[in-house]
Amino acid sequence: MPVILATDLIIFFLVGAIVYFIIASQKDGSLQAVRRELVKNRLAMVCMAFLAFYVAVALLDSVRYRDAVVGDDGKEALSEGGSVIYSPEALSLLDRALSGIRTRTEKTYSAPFASHSYAKESMEGASGGIVRGYPPLKYPRTHWLGTDRVGNDVLFIALKGVRTGVVIGAGTTLVIIPFAIFFGVIAGFYGGAIDDIVQYIYTTLSSIPGVLLIVAFMLLFGSSGYQGGLVSEVHVVWRAFVLNDRLFWLCLILGITSWTDLCRLIRGETLKLRELEYVQASKAFGAGKLGIIYRHIVPNVMHLVLITFVLQFSGLVLAEAILSYIGIGVGPETGSWGNMINTARLELSREPVVWWNLLAAFAAMFALVLPANIFGDAVRDALDPRLRYK
Amino acid sequence: MLTYIIRRILYAIPIVIGVNLLTAVLFFYVNTPDDMARKILGEKNVTATQVENWKRDHGYNLPVFFNGAEEGAAKISETIFFRKSLPLLWLDFGRSDRNNIDIGGEIKTRMFPSLAISLPIFTCALVLDLFLAMMLAYYRGTYLDIWGVVLAVVLMSVSTLFYIIGGQYLLGKVLKLFPISGFDTGIDSIKFLVLPVVIGVLSSLGVGVRFYRTVFLEEINRDYVRTARAKGLGEGAVLFKHALKNAMIPILTNVVVSIPFLFYGSLIMERFFAIPGLGSFTIDAIQAQDFAIVRSMVYLGSILYIIGLILTDISYTLVDPRVRFE
Repeated sequence: MPVILATDLIIFFLVGAIVYFIIASQKDGSLQAVRRELVKNRLAMVCMAFLAFYVAVALLDSVRYRDAVVGDDGKEALSEGGSVIYSPEALSLLDRALSGIRTRTEKTYSAPFASHSYAKESMEGASGGIVRGYPPLKYPRTHWLGTDRVGNDVLFIALKGVRTGVVIGAGTTLVIIPFAIFFGVIAGFYGGAIDDIVQYIYTTLSSIPGVLLIVAFMLLFGSSGYQGGLVSEVHVVWRAFVLNDRLFWLCLILGITSWTDLCRLIRGETLKLRELEYVQASKAFGAGKLGIIYRHIVPNVMHLVLITFVLQFSGLVLAEAILSYIGIGVGPETGSWGNMINTARLELSREPVVWWNLLAAFAAMFALVLPANIFGDAVRDALDPRLRYK
Repeated sequence: MLTYIIRRILYAIPIVIGVNLLTAVLFFYVNTPDDMARKILGEKNVTATQVENWKRDHGYNLPVFFNGAEEGAAKISETIFFRKSLPLLWLDFGRSDRNNIDIGGEIKTRMFPSLAISLPIFTCALVLDLFLAMMLAYYRGTYLDIWGVVLAVVLMSVSTLFYIIGGQYLLGKVLKLFPISGFDTGIDSIKFLVLPVVIGVLSSLGVGVRFYRTVFLEEINRDYVRTARAKGLGEGAVLFKHALKNAMIPILTNVVVSIPFLFYGSLIMERFFAIPGLGSFTIDAIQAQDFAIVRSMVYLGSILYIIGLILTDISYTLVDPRVRFE
């Protein structure tokens, strides 16, 4: 039984958009040039490999289905109405592929590659008496990054954070792009009262401190809906969809606070474009306003959209960690690097120090944000040579 | 000049009212006073009378925008919007929902710890950012420049949380140079402030240096710089005397926009270092779901932002004679 979250749709759409770009860049002349520019840049290619890995993990973690509950007799359990009962745990392909490290849990902390537990325990000595010592692990030397307080493998938890990071980074911008293009283009193209209204809206929105707007929205909307973890029947609509997803709200809200910059850019570009000769020419030939917007304006602001998309990505990934730390980010059941850091903070004051949790979250985030920053610069340079060194 | 300032302020009024309306819709319509009362009284076992009593005690027992039960002007004035949201316009913040404390007074006392930490961070960061950016621009194209930019990108790819946690652990716990967190008044406060200031400067260094470097590089390719070189000025004089002056507009834009954050402090910094400023006030209110405080802080932040915008425009005219008071 598949379960599709609202945020899964974001990931599918992202992957679709990437595939479309690759296919389109085979034919379209200007996209071909962009691609050639990017392929020449070896550093950008290395960064792209990192990003591709993250997107692949996120995609695997976004395809999920629930298994039917199997009764003691080995048959599928049926409810009174005769329908199959599904387990509330919707495991993703990633969970299933890594079921080895997912299920190999220990009692509590253990250091990376340790053979014995982190905490001392009373146990039976070799000669029969009770001694205190470090008990051997159930699965010694298999936890590459150690285990956390309840004995889960840290590598697995860090991988579960990938989907949240990618959804926040990509989803937010995907959510805002339609709004920003629509308002930016009509404000720039029609001018006058429409322009005044759009400018008023985005000045008002951007004058509210972003963090506080996010906080206000999340307090009001985020607390209902699917918080991560087990899927309860209450949240499922049309048999398989979970649309009221806290993570999706977070994307939407981050989008509302950050669409104004893109809108402003697009408005400025449209102001310039509408005075250009080819737009004037098509006007003179009697082309309709909507036709001009669709054929000439929108394609020519798309480079701004793409640049903003890649440049905002890393900032949003970092913002997620901070919001989760304040307690208004993703729910505690959702794997996220912010939640990992939140728990790891207290572990530093233990003796001996539990450092692997924090280090894993740090490495996982850094390995996404740094390539995203470098790749973002490369895309910007390739798309808009005028902006180079800006 | 005076008419210009007055006109700018008049332009700001619709925006202020817009913010006020938006917060009112968010906090009174989407989240009704009933929801608020239930959250504050505890989600379970709350009777309708308790909710009504709470609403009456805190002045939420009125309609939001229009009170049909009253006569004449009271139709407008006897509403939640008029009583609770409109006074924010003249900075009357009222009392908090949970503990009934005076929000305005609290803001006045908590402003100073916030300033004590954010002002040094701001000035140190600005001076250091500008200095390093000019150094990179001076040595542009050399290995120092290339590696400097790489380092800046690396620095900006690290989450602020790691700077704080790592800094507290390394400088506070392992090396024991400074107390890990806390705050004091007067001269004693310095030993508590050093660590947050160092971490605050470091965490914004990457973004700042990269931004100002591009600002300087853009200026360096202009014609007036070529002229200055042609008349025999050294590269240092060109940078400090000519490029810096002309780069003032982007620098000022960046500087003035951060004014709200000076008062506000940083939400997480204050939280980690246990500084009793406005940032930790806000976070406490968020976690206690005290919407009166959150509403006040949203409003205060926007007011400061709008003041910042006006100051930016005025400062443009001061540094660049080409910009006229229009």
